[in-house]
Amino acid sequence: MRVTRFPDRQTITERMAGFMAHLRLNGLDAGMAQGETALAALGAIDATDREQVRLALKSVCAHGAEGFRAFDDLFDSYWLSHGRRRERSAGMHDAERRLPRATSSIREMMESRTGGGVPHVPDADGEGESEGDTGRLLASRIEAVRRSDLRGLTTPEELAEAEAVARQIARSLRDRRSRRRKAARRGALLDLRRIARRSVAHGGDPVELLRRRRPDRPVNIVAICDVSGSMTVYARVFLAFLQGLVSADSRTDAFLLHTRLVRISDALRDSDTLRAVERLSLMATGFGGGTKIGANLKAFNDQYARGMVTGRTVVLILSDGYDTDPPELIGGELARLKRRGCKVVWLNPLKGWSGYEPVARGMAAALPHLDLFAAANTLDSLAALEPHLQKM
Amino acid sequence: MSWKTLKDDLANHGYVASDDLAMALHLAVTIGKPLLLEGAAGVGKTQLAKTLAELFDTRLIRLQCYEGLDAASAIYEWNYQRQLLAIRAATESGAPGENIEDRIFSEKYLLARPLLEAIRQDKAPVLLLDEVDRADEEFEAYLLELLSDFQVTIPELGTITAQTRPHVILTSNGTRDLSDALRRRCLYSYVDYPDRATELAILASHKPGLEARLCEQIVGVVQALRREDLEKKPGVAEMLDWAAAIAGLGINDLAADPVELQATLVCLLKTQADRAAVPLEVQQRLVGKAA
Repeated sequence: MRVTRFPDRQTITERMAGFMAHLRLNGLDAGMAQGETALAALGAIDATDREQVRLALKSVCAHGAEGFRAFDDLFDSYWLSHGRRRERSAGMHDAERRLPRATSSIREMMESRTGGGVPHVPDADGEGESEGDTGRLLASRIEAVRRSDLRGLTTPEELAEAEAVARQIARSLRDRRSRRRKAARRGALLDLRRIARRSVAHGGDPVELLRRRRPDRPVNIVAICDVSGSMTVYARVFLAFLQGLVSADSRTDAFLLHTRLVRISDALRDSDTLRAVERLSLMATGFGGGTKIGANLKAFNDQYARGMVTGRTVVLILSDGYDTDPPELIGGELARLKRRGCKVVWLNPLKGWSGYEPVARGMAAALPHLDLFAAANTLDSLAALEPHLQKM
Repeated sequence: MSWKTLKDDLANHGYVASDDLAMALHLAVTIGKPLLLEGAAGVGKTQLAKTLAELFDTRLIRLQCYEGLDAASAIYEWNYQRQLLAIRAATESGAPGENIEDRIFSEKYLLARPLLEAIRQDKAPVLLLDEVDRADEEFEAYLLELLSDFQVTIPELGTITAQTRPHVILTSNGTRDLSDALRRRCLYSYVDYPDRATELAILASHKPGLEARLCEQIVGVVQALRREDLEKKPGVAEMLDWAAAIAGLGINDLAADPVELQATLVCLLKTQADRAAVPLEVQQRLVGKAA
């Protein structure tokens, strides 16, 4: 084992700063404060003993189980060799950049009203086929819309319906009771602290009864929609659905997932619809291509989850579960996501088909980590989610 | 005191720590930082705090965290009943109002909860914040303040600053990820299930009377069980319970009576599914390998 040679003029402090930078490059959270603590720690041990230094720095710099396991290799690669630098590449983007730009775009998806390329699916009860101008038929036509497979939905009215359902779901999810109690005018519990305080003014008689209750805490939604090749037929309706979710609450975030993960919340919020479509199509370079659910969930965990997923978050995944990544990756990443305390809901359009079994290996790997696995092939099935989501 | 002595001292008090853990604890004590311990349930995270308190011959102050834990039950609360009584008594004797207020917001009427208790000790106590991951994020924010300044502000009384810095140990089972801010302020150690040699040492220090061969068998079976696909893997505490049960039943060889042994597995397997996953045949295979 060779020890790294540092330039002679470099002080311990400089070397330590270099080590911190090395840790940061490899994904550990090591900042100024850690550097200081590390130097303090060296003072508390025999700094000439390599093993002691290793153990000490490990307890200072590894902030989690992952860092704890990776630390020994990182330590060796900095102090005990030269040359070996980054153990882990920054991401999978380099590989993806070389993928050819897919031709289909969201603009085509959103603008084509006749459903070019969208297979026509007959309605379940055939009512959608009958043409007529009477009110009754119109009503049953709406009924039929809600029950027909989403693949057949193409007109603006149908998309508007999808948006409305999404808004309703977003509303039902939003408020969840907190377990902590806050002062309130009405409530089940007396707030003794404030009663005692106020009663001083009345010579010790508790005249005013103040109360506490559990306030409603907003729940925020993060929706991840799969728009890979196998999902193309559903993509337009799901985009409308996302639009509904996003417009119902400013805290909601939406992502598209194909070979890459794209954040589309801002684009969906654009008040200028045409510009929104323009922006979406710019973002959707891999639209309709292959799927990398596992890798994208990983990207989501690495990049976004820290800031937007907490115990009061519901993560909605809209996907059929056909994945080109190894299924263990999906399972592992979902488990990682769940550790943040959020609820995970998977909406699978295929589940509504009779005789569907979650045999897609990715789907099977995901199942144990889901709080709710539901069908999403008709608007009715989306609307039926509401009571389930409220319970969570 | 070097970390090796600390490790030996812990061992003398019946806690066999790995090198990682001993070093992390040594640093936590010498440079005065909180120590965050993560790991599966039953690997001895809480026990470490207890042993440390014993070793330093000081108080162990423990705060069990749960969802909804708030400042009133973690830091301090006024004793309202007594306050109301005092106010009533004072009005009847006709004392002026200002005096009452001074009196009822004094130390006498203050109920110190674990965190306030911990910073008011003359001798630095061990403060154990158990299962921090169960408390909600707002509570973590309180903790950050306390852990950086070791002081508590009570509006009616003023700021109480720690007389001695408590040795803080936080444990987490990973039900949710802790905030990065909290992690950054702590030293960290991941406590894993002990390896064979360590577990043998643990067993020997707790049950010195057991035969060496039986110890080997017990540890062998428990280690093998942890490699099985179980919902809840047996921890160190379960292993010790099991050893006690075996000693109590007077079993000298695990392979001697499989049926009786199967009955003792209640000490190790705590769910219906796990019981079903280890039927008699599997148990015999595990014992056979361990023997």
